[in-house]
Amino acid sequence: MPVHTFVLNGRRVSVDCPGDLRLLWVLRDLLGVHGPKYGCGLDVCKACTSHINGEAFNPCSVPVSDIAPTDEITTIEGLPDTVGQELHPMQEACLEYEVAQCGYCQPGQIMAAVAKVNQLRSHGAGQITDADLDEIRNICRCGTYFRIREAIRAGAARM
Amino acid sequence: MGMSDPVEARRGAGTGRAGAGTGLIPRRRFLGYLIAGPTLAAAAPLGMELLRSPAEASLPSPQMSDVYDLSDLLTDAARPTSGLIVVQVNQDGTASFALPRAEVGQGITTAVAMTIADEMDLPVGRVHVTLADARPELVWNQLTGGSNTMHAIYTPVRVAAAIARGQLVAAAAALLGVDADALSTDAGVVTAPDGRSLTYAELATRAAATETSEVAATLKADSELKVVGTPQSRIDARDIVTGRKTFTLDLDVPGALPTMVCRPPSINGTVVAVRNLAQVRAMPGITDVAVVPTGVAVRGTTFGQCIDAVDALHVIWGPGTAEGKSDAAVLAELEKAELPMAPDPAPLARAVDRRFTFHFVSNSPLETNCAIADVRADRAEVWSSLKSPIVAQQTIAQALGLPQSAVTVHVTQGGGSFGRHLFFDAALEAALISRAMGKPVKLMWHRTDDFRQGRAHPMCTSRVRMTFRAGTVLSFQQRHTSVSTDFSHGLGEILSASVAKVPEGNLLAYSQGVFSLSQSVPYDFGAADQALNEVDMGFNTGSMRNVYSPDVTTAMELVVDEVAAAMGMDAYEFRRSFASDERSQAVLDKVVEVGLWGRAMPTGTAQGIALHSEYKGRVAVLVEIDCRPQTVQRQVVNGYTGPRVTRVVLAVDVGLPINPRGLQAQMQGGIMDGIAKALTFSLHIENGLPVEGSWDETYYTRQWNVPPEIDVIVMPPTTGQPGGAGEFGVAPTMAAVACAYARATGTVPTAFPVNHDRPLGFTPLPAVPPLPEEPTDGLSQAY
Repeated sequence: MPVHTFVLNGRRVSVDCPGDLRLLWVLRDLLGVHGPKYGCGLDVCKACTSHINGEAFNPCSVPVSDIAPTDEITTIEGLPDTVGQELHPMQEACLEYEVAQCGYCQPGQIMAAVAKVNQLRSHGAGQITDADLDEIRNICRCGTYFRIREAIRAGAARM
Repeated sequence: MGMSDPVEARRGAGTGRAGAGTGLIPRRRFLGYLIAGPTLAAAAPLGMELLRSPAEASLPSPQMSDVYDLSDLLTDAARPTSGLIVVQVNQDGTASFALPRAEVGQGITTAVAMTIADEMDLPVGRVHVTLADARPELVWNQLTGGSNTMHAIYTPVRVAAAIARGQLVAAAAALLGVDADALSTDAGVVTAPDGRSLTYAELATRAAATETSEVAATLKADSELKVVGTPQSRIDARDIVTGRKTFTLDLDVPGALPTMVCRPPSINGTVVAVRNLAQVRAMPGITDVAVVPTGVAVRGTTFGQCIDAVDALHVIWGPGTAEGKSDAAVLAELEKAELPMAPDPAPLARAVDRRFTFHFVSNSPLETNCAIADVRADRAEVWSSLKSPIVAQQTIAQALGLPQSAVTVHVTQGGGSFGRHLFFDAALEAALISRAMGKPVKLMWHRTDDFRQGRAHPMCTSRVRMTFRAGTVLSFQQRHTSVSTDFSHGLGEILSASVAKVPEGNLLAYSQGVFSLSQSVPYDFGAADQALNEVDMGFNTGSMRNVYSPDVTTAMELVVDEVAAAMGMDAYEFRRSFASDERSQAVLDKVVEVGLWGRAMPTGTAQGIALHSEYKGRVAVLVEIDCRPQTVQRQVVNGYTGPRVTRVVLAVDVGLPINPRGLQAQMQGGIMDGIAKALTFSLHIENGLPVEGSWDETYYTRQWNVPPEIDVIVMPPTTGQPGGAGEFGVAPTMAAVACAYARATGTVPTAFPVNHDRPLGFTPLPAVPPLPEEPTDGLSQAY
């Protein structure tokens, strides 16, 4: 089987597995990285949201062979290191606004929120609007959506 | 005073200095135990309030839930048990407690940690709450359901914590040579008047009991509580935001490889033959393939390889239990099963008579059904999020032919429940697969299976007839008719579960018992009468968050609005004048005040208001909805928009709020569920199988449906006892949204969710092969 190499949370990793194996299973089943959660495997629920080179994506929908050796994959476990802090400001905001209930969707929510804020910034947007927040697709079956919105606004202000 | 008399020590050891006046307040005394061990351990039996007689043995009479409700039943069910709950004081001065309940996001581990912290004078962060394994000696007292946990466990936990603290103070008194009355405790430290102090860490071993003995304890007065009633963070919040919180599929059990099941194309279909077993067994990464009662199980190195193997299987299937059924066929059977109304008390009075349909709704959490099982010849070990772990243990033992004591059942942290984890479908299935393969397995259901083959809130109809004359409501009748709700988890152990499982009459009696104990009319409506009939149609059902209440309340409140209008009364004034008690009036008044009831609204938008009484509490909700075309026709790719609830004001009185922040969170969650059930969220049944197979098809609330404004108001304590919180917000929100929708559109909806009868907004996934192909275009969606 081919060996696939990429940068995961700042460290180079190599995995010997079929090229069509979706990255989520490479992360969870082969590398033991459990922050990205399985909620559908269909690129719908977004529970596995992680970053590739700083952009949000869903590893459930990417064959590992699509990942280049130079690609930097960041999961929730590696998010604080991207800002050199113990916690990323978005994680701090989620704590402050008591977002989580069961917590299953939260790694994906936080990774999506960080990317959404960065995307808006790169497009030169000012304040985060309700319409911007409406675009976030991540499911939270506990219904913490309102606090997610509050935390994203607060987290963005500190990013 | 010796160390064997913690009660005396307790009496003198109030928070801060024990004032002379505190002794004048009569306090309830409770019995508990000191448990022999290397460090201090204090215990209390569960269920020690005075026994209230559960009325007659026959079916409860209508409206009995006003005096004796489901929460009382669940609390009373605990009384004969001898099992103890134990607060352990560790050598580092922290306290540990293994909670015999399931944490699925509702926050009970945090509420229990707060309760222990308060009674012991320990910081909340120094109380560790874990989930207990199945403890069969607890019999009925390890069921998590009916939003009953805090109601049942609050006092026993306090008793154990009070005994622990009393014993720490007694030990300190002996060591310092000071009378216990003179000692004070704060933040895990016992301090003498002269400033000398000892930490709980220093005392944990010295306070240990050498033999187990019964002791009495006195609880703190409500006025002495510093933590209970204050906003607190979840104890697992940091683990959650860092991705460290461990769910079932994150556990590393040696040898437990990914495992999935190829499931039938109709509900509960069975395997007749597998044509290519050897071929699939030889696929890359696959280690085992085995036929089990629920389908064909595959085990492999990764879940991705399991998905490929499941779809490669060529299985000949037998018919399912709901073969060929559709929404229309189910509705026709429900209509036939509806119980007749009683004659109106005054034949010449005016009447409003309406029937509403409520469609199937999946109770699947975001974490799909999953479990780990390691079954050996002489023993088995199972890990899963289980709200009824004892009956799970008993059933698994039976299925494996092992003694109950040979089956260890670990309760894991659940990624949501919404009723799903009352059952142990995945745990039992994983055990059977592990036995068939002779290896440990980590079983995960696919999302599509979780919607199609998993349990659902059953389809039902609710007919409401109200008669009224000259400013008076003369009668209220409601006939609720449902596809059977599976309550075969019983009260959490095998005896009552067996009763619930007996076919025909008993199953219905069980449902009717739950219905009578949970449903009530919160208004003085003369002769009020609610009755349930259920019909088994072969579907996989179960309770969903708030069980019968959302549908029953929505039907009731829509008719209440119509009667109010017919009587020429404002919807709020009508509710207020007929509300049964002051607590109900208070929550109504609060939402009207904060939500500006009656304010001018543009055409196509409207307010709605609803009242609900359950779980020893009262809750009122005021919503505003926008049904204007520019809102309804918003476009979201692969999503459904529809009307938008723009504002929600909810006021809740739970008797005694333990953690107002947690309570607000639960209410917000209930609001999202209520909106979903009113407007968007359902399953369509076609050809014996739900059509929906993904979150983009069954429309639970998404960000584009979320109200931009929400106010949750926690009312001050009213009863001194904590009522239920986890489900309480669903029913009144669904009802208020339905009422607002009717007002905004000028049409009273007759089926829920209101979008159910629109054309499907998606192309259904095939039933064979059972699992949709994993997407490959994820990188093109990156942002």
